[in-house]
Amino acid sequence: MARDQIQYVTAPKVEDNRKKYCRFKKNGIKYIDYKDANFLLKFVNDQGKILPRRLTGTSLKFQRKVAQAVKRARHIGLLPYVTDSLK
Amino acid sequence: MQQYETVVILTPLLSEEIAKETIGKFRDFMTENGAEIIHEDNWGLKKLAYPIEKKSTGYYHLTEYKAPGDLINKLEVQYKRDERIMRFLTIALDSDAIAYNEKKRSGAFNKKTKNEEVVKHG
Repeated sequence: MARDQIQYVTAPKVEDNRKKYCRFKKNGIKYIDYKDANFLLKFVNDQGKILPRRLTGTSLKFQRKVAQAVKRARHIGLLPYVTDSLK
Repeated sequence: MQQYETVVILTPLLSEEIAKETIGKFRDFMTENGAEIIHEDNWGLKKLAYPIEKKSTGYYHLTEYKAPGDLINKLEVQYKRDERIMRFLTIALDSDAIAYNEKKRSGAFNKKTKNEEVVKHG
């Protein structure tokens, strides 16, 4: 049996080696501006919910700051509390 | 004295003059109570992400100032009493925030930092 005829029972795992990292630590950003709605859009899903750290890779310290900034932006009407189509 | 930042949203129904007068009124109130205004920014009429008081737009104004802590309470009471103000947000600034604001004021730093990053990686 030729080698190239091998069939896998389960699909082989394609490993994604790109490690997630905290963009704030990497770029040395210390303060997250709640007035910059376009930037905060990266941390919410299309319903306007804050994305978890597990998806964005943000460190705990900055996740707290991101959450605070998003909530402030919502209060002053720059981001919606609830929506269906943000992006 | 702590440094603060306040964003105020006024009703869009006001004429330009009355809006300015309202902002002036609060500026006077701040300075009378020992605040030192550092920076002001008028964002003008902006669309809101969701309706506030059944209005879809608002007139934004940002003030950055140094003030004794007891002013904030008085100021917020005044904001609540004024019907022309739909919403306000006051924040105490830490040293990082102050540095950020100064950098932002001194020029288009958002684009600049991005370019610097590209140069570093490339």
